[in-house]
Amino acid sequence: MRRLSLLFSSSSRLSFARLGCALLMICMWMLGSGAQAEPADARLEPILTQLKTAGFAEKEQLVSKLSEIDDPQVAPILSALLEGDLQYAKKGEGEVVILRYANDLYSAQNALTGEVTEDVEKRAFKKISVNNSLRQLLRASLAALQLRAPDVNVRLEAARNMMKSDDASNIPLLQRALEKEQDASVQELLSVDLAMLQARYGETTQSRVAAIEQLQGELYVEVRSLLRSFLNTNGQGEFLEPDPAVRQAAQEALDAIESLVAFNKGVENVYFGVSLGAVLLLAAVGLAITFGVMGVINMAHGEMIMLGAYTTYVIQQWMPNHIEYSLFVAIPAAFLVSGLAGVVIERGVIRFLYGRPLETLLATFGISLCLQQLVRTVFGSLNQSVITPVWMSGSIEINGALSLTYNRLYIIIFSILVLLALAALLRKTQFGLQMRAVTQNRPMASSMGIRTGWLDALTFGLGSGIAGIAGVALSQLTNVGPNLGQSYIIDSFMVVVFGGVGNLMGTFVGAMSLGVANKLMEPFAGAVLAKILVLVFIILFIQKYPRGMFALKGRAVEG
Amino acid sequence: MKKMSRRVGIGLSALALSISASLAQAADTIKVGVLHSLSGTMAISETTLKDTVLMLVDEQNKKGGLLGKKLEAVVVDPASNWPLFAEKARELLEKDKVDVVFGCWTSVSRKSVLPVFEELNGLLFYPVQYEGEESSKNVFYTGAAPNQQAVPAVDYLMNELGVKRWVLAGTDYVYPRTTNKILEAYLKSKGVKQEDIMINYTPFGHSDWQSIVSDIKKFGSAGKKTAVVSTINGDANVPFYKELGNQGISAEDIPVVAFSVGEEELSGLDTKPLVGHLAAWNYFMSVDAEANDEFIDSWKTFIKDKKRVTNDPMEAHFIGFNMWAEAVKKAGTTDPDVVGQAIVGVTVPNLSGGYATMMPNHHITKPVLIGEIQEDGQFETVWRTSGAVMGDAWSDYLPGSKDLTADWTLPLSCGNYNVKTGKCSGQNY
Repeated sequence: MRRLSLLFSSSSRLSFARLGCALLMICMWMLGSGAQAEPADARLEPILTQLKTAGFAEKEQLVSKLSEIDDPQVAPILSALLEGDLQYAKKGEGEVVILRYANDLYSAQNALTGEVTEDVEKRAFKKISVNNSLRQLLRASLAALQLRAPDVNVRLEAARNMMKSDDASNIPLLQRALEKEQDASVQELLSVDLAMLQARYGETTQSRVAAIEQLQGELYVEVRSLLRSFLNTNGQGEFLEPDPAVRQAAQEALDAIESLVAFNKGVENVYFGVSLGAVLLLAAVGLAITFGVMGVINMAHGEMIMLGAYTTYVIQQWMPNHIEYSLFVAIPAAFLVSGLAGVVIERGVIRFLYGRPLETLLATFGISLCLQQLVRTVFGSLNQSVITPVWMSGSIEINGALSLTYNRLYIIIFSILVLLALAALLRKTQFGLQMRAVTQNRPMASSMGIRTGWLDALTFGLGSGIAGIAGVALSQLTNVGPNLGQSYIIDSFMVVVFGGVGNLMGTFVGAMSLGVANKLMEPFAGAVLAKILVLVFIILFIQKYPRGMFALKGRAVEG
Repeated sequence: MKKMSRRVGIGLSALALSISASLAQAADTIKVGVLHSLSGTMAISETTLKDTVLMLVDEQNKKGGLLGKKLEAVVVDPASNWPLFAEKARELLEKDKVDVVFGCWTSVSRKSVLPVFEELNGLLFYPVQYEGEESSKNVFYTGAAPNQQAVPAVDYLMNELGVKRWVLAGTDYVYPRTTNKILEAYLKSKGVKQEDIMINYTPFGHSDWQSIVSDIKKFGSAGKKTAVVSTINGDANVPFYKELGNQGISAEDIPVVAFSVGEEELSGLDTKPLVGHLAAWNYFMSVDAEANDEFIDSWKTFIKDKKRVTNDPMEAHFIGFNMWAEAVKKAGTTDPDVVGQAIVGVTVPNLSGGYATMMPNHHITKPVLIGEIQEDGQFETVWRTSGAVMGDAWSDYLPGSKDLTADWTLPLSCGNYNVKTGKCSGQNY
């Protein structure tokens, strides 16, 4: 158990470390450029010159040669090559530079002399291109260099990357690194790296079996992949691994790992289900108000979501240098934009149609088409790219077999916050009280002095505004285009009807149970069939319980 | 704001053009029908193709038109609605009496208009890569057949990257299903076992890829190099690639080679997490060729937007349009029967520095390019076939179509001639 918790701490630190690692690399470059007193290794220059014209296969050899040179310049050159920043001048002597971008300006640092030229034209340089196998090689070479980095997070990342290496010559390097290493989590990763290489290249059967036994219980994809490769056969059915003792040890280790992986897979499926539920909840909770509370069949609900997503896009266009914060600005902005649109629609169209559901349906469907075409005319029919902030990308690695993606995690939290805020608004405020009064008994509420007309407009605006907020969240998951809303309208109605009309709790339970059911079925049935099964289930359910899971009780519903 | 008014301007001018086009009934013009969706789900891809044809017509007119007459474009909007495609095709051929039609994107829309073109004897140029297994007298397939895109891409993965385990992921409709059937048969003929192939279909516009990506990750942990062959269409790609990035699957671990992701699709995407994933096409905007530079320049001038990109189906229209123009010049008339015969063998330059020839089976010759996605949304060509590949209407890897061949030249003039029985099975495919 202690071991597991140790793993947890090391891995989650690892993913937090990524950003820090990138920053540190930049610092390292800067240090490199400052402390460039002694001349670079003489072997560097010919390699750089050859890199400019070499084919991909030659480049691999050159990179291997480069990583053998013990020079402080090598690491920045390799990482620049990896990032596509290593470029050469199209004209003149064609010097190789590391191109950097900061404050809207490009600066070029000569890869050999370390001399920096400010404010250069990007077009004057041509990128030294890399392909996938080169990237793999570069990452491994960089990892080997970074095992000695002073920063513990860089070492952690490097040790994680070393798992991808299958180079026997790294064994002594890893042994040395392990001896010097003080940090427990890095040590842990390094010993896994070492065991993986020894399992593959160990000299005796005993040492290989011992290494494999050491790998037992490690959930990393790379470890599983390695163990399974011992058990693979070639075309003729012969084992690729000749040693039966090694095969048996690998099988045993794998069996132990598989059961752990299956458990983690189950946890992961539930997480996926909850996150799908959170998306459904966000999309449906606005509808739970306009349809559930007011009884308006609002086919334009999806377009309110779309308006929210486009608002996010526009906000990002306005603050290109502060993308990290753009979502926090976009949430209130989207609420206002969609909410205002909702009020206008209610005052302009829907209020004339209360009590005529069929006409409302047709009118709101017409509005949805108008809004789609409006967006298409203003922004064009192409999808707009909404940037995902760094803090929302990637995943938190709980252990080797289970990682939770950040964007989904934040959306789960966000959807619950929205639900709580809404519930508080309905239960604790004057507006909420009046709203509930109007839904339960309109004539009575009216005679108590509530201006039902304006209240309807505000309620509709609130429902639409929440749809706008959902749009901000969805812009992080899916395409922002004129058709965004259409894909969520059916799901939203499904959730509201299933959960019980006019009941926030029902919407929450409905969304979550549909999400989890869908995701638990998907691995067996496939995405298409899972969706069909859920729909069939809802049809049957509605037959039996026409008012959904949490039906409103009392005289009000009869009227 | 400036951008907005420009877009509105383009919209208005397109509208004006279509109105003026349908009003003008002058007999001394050659009419070019454009059958692309300008609204609905497919508008994202097809609007660009409509503009491409308008540009090509415009350029041809600047060169003096054809046969001494001006060309005139007739634009209709089938609104991504498959039955409406057939209706609009009928309108173009019967009411507007167009001489040729450039149009369609999805296979289902092509299948929907096909009977109309055969009944009214029109000519259709279809610019998108498709699943093959079809050859019509009235249709010219300027996009890639499976042997010009899917099969070479799989070859590349197998031989150059040493891929041993395959995920075939696609959207649930006719193109991915047929392509994957061909690929499955092809992989098995190369000795890949059933347990090393995973096939997965998702609905149009699928946005929740969590489980599938997690399955792919698990499938890829079997100690063999794994790759994903993606026939996922349109919008669904964006959340798919996002999820790949978020779950930490990089192109070095499990590369994805896509057949429907081009420059246009990437322009709506943050491409940073996608760097290194692959696409197989017959043209990339980044191709280093003089013809390509010229085309890009004239496209950007025509569309009045420096940021717009070019893509493979646009090149297909460029080739198709020039072939048709050559054939009309050669035949001296726009009569569909005469042009249909004259166009076979016509050779025009393509945009990647080579030539394309119309084959007797109404497919064209194309080079196959494999590119890696770069950070700027462009592709870097990492591999290309040494010469051009001839499009094959009937796949050699499917039992039903192995023996079929298409040849529309006289005297055979048959789209599905069975070489074993020596019979033409007519038009029932």
